Amino acid sequence: MAISALLDGLRQALSLILERDPALLEIVRLTFEVSGVALFFSSLIGIPLGAFLGMRRFRGRRLVISALYTGMGFPPVVIGLLVYMLLSRTGPLGQIDGDHIPRLFTPAAMMLAQTIISFPLVAGFTMAAVMGVEPHLRQQIQALGATPMQTAWAVLVEARIGVIVSIIAGFGSIISEVGAVMLVGGNIVGRTRVLTTAIVLETRKGNFDLASALGIILLGLSFMVNATMMLMQGKSFDQ
Amino acid sequence: MSQPVYRLDNVIKRYDLREVLHVDALEVHAGEILALVGPSGSGKSTCLRLLNFLEAPTSGTIRFDGRNYGSNGSVPLDVRRRVTTVFQRPLLLNRSVQANVAYGLRLRRAPDTRARVEDALSRVGLLGLARQKGSTLSGGEAQRVALARAMALETDVLLLDEPTANLDPYNVGVIEEIIRELNVERATTMVLVTHNVFQARRLAHRVGLLLDGELVEVADVERFFAAPTDPRTLAFARGEMVY
Repeated sequence: MAISALLDGLRQALSLILERDPALLEIVRLTFEVSGVALFFSSLIGIPLGAFLGMRRFRGRRLVISALYTGMGFPPVVIGLLVYMLLSRTGPLGQIDGDHIPRLFTPAAMMLAQTIISFPLVAGFTMAAVMGVEPHLRQQIQALGATPMQTAWAVLVEARIGVIVSIIAGFGSIISEVGAVMLVGGNIVGRTRVLTTAIVLETRKGNFDLASALGIILLGLSFMVNATMMLMQGKSFDQ
Repeated sequence: MSQPVYRLDNVIKRYDLREVLHVDALEVHAGEILALVGPSGSGKSTCLRLLNFLEAPTSGTIRFDGRNYGSNGSVPLDVRRRVTTVFQRPLLLNRSVQANVAYGLRLRRAPDTRARVEDALSRVGLLGLARQKGSTLSGGEAQRVALARAMALETDVLLLDEPTANLDPYNVGVIEEIIRELNVERATTMVLVTHNVFQARRLAHRVGLLLDGELVEVADVERFFAAPTDPRTLAFARGEMVY
């Protein structure tokens, strides 16, 4: 049964793609929009944070790293719950009027939850990559006249494979995430429905073919994004 | 007499509570090669890090061109960029040889980068390897690239931290020749750290001995080896010091 559902799913996935099904295209578009923005912000926070933790020694660093490691393993659904409470009408952010505050059941709320889920992963893997760069290299770069920012950039470039892996890990945690986006997004058709929440819904409805089709599309898109990131790395992976 | 490039007074460097360097007074004059000799762990490399402003002394003053950069002041970038170091174990960026040599020039937005990179690589005899990755080079080649990337910057001061340690005699000869040329042609001030007294004798104008972090004696090269004032210097120069 399972194999036949998968094969049917594959057929249906191809047919949905070839037919350019508008509902599917909207789900895929929103999936990429939410994940793309969340990945952008988690990289914006995670890469500098990871670089800082990897390069600097300060009092309380171990505590910060422990918190970061905890964040890396934090259940996404719990983060969804926290964001839900934060943004609900009685929550600290929900009480504030302002266009810049994300509202529940909007893509912005989903982006916020996904950013919180993925930035510790990006920061943690970046930190490990930076710590893997020969420590004396920094001093040699400084001796050539680099500023602290130029030194940090040079070290990040040296650790680029690890940094790309950190982004891929962050992307993986976002694109496959379902609990948090379901909680804060609500899986509203045409507004907050993304591939993962659509798969859950179709499975619950018993539409295994469509659920499998969406799953195959999600896998295919995820593979394409990761392959693109690998290509962006050029030959570094082969050296 | 002209103002010294460096003047160190009562410079102390401690890591935690351990004192690793204590220099009562030291001057480095423009255009000279000053060799600092001493056994491993005597504070030679620490001294170079202080001279390159990579670390600040715990106490004391380091005057560079007459201005004090002691333990409590940050060193302006333009001052830092007048000094560079060639390290004992050169670490190259994971880029081509020419990109490595060009790196410091690009930081400075220097003009004629390409010509200066080619000139530096020709001087060290590695122009043919310009496009090769830094990671594929032998130890001797990597050290010559490190010298080229420092040379290309044309800094006023070049600090050399055991630049020929672990190299074969051919590469030692090549690097010593380049050091001599740079000092004569460009009047580059150099501080050479080495545990090799013969190399110090071959290259330096003046020599200083560091023992257990203490600067024991500094003298002209002839006097340092022929008639040192401190018995420890005599023992070190004769190779009688066991370390």
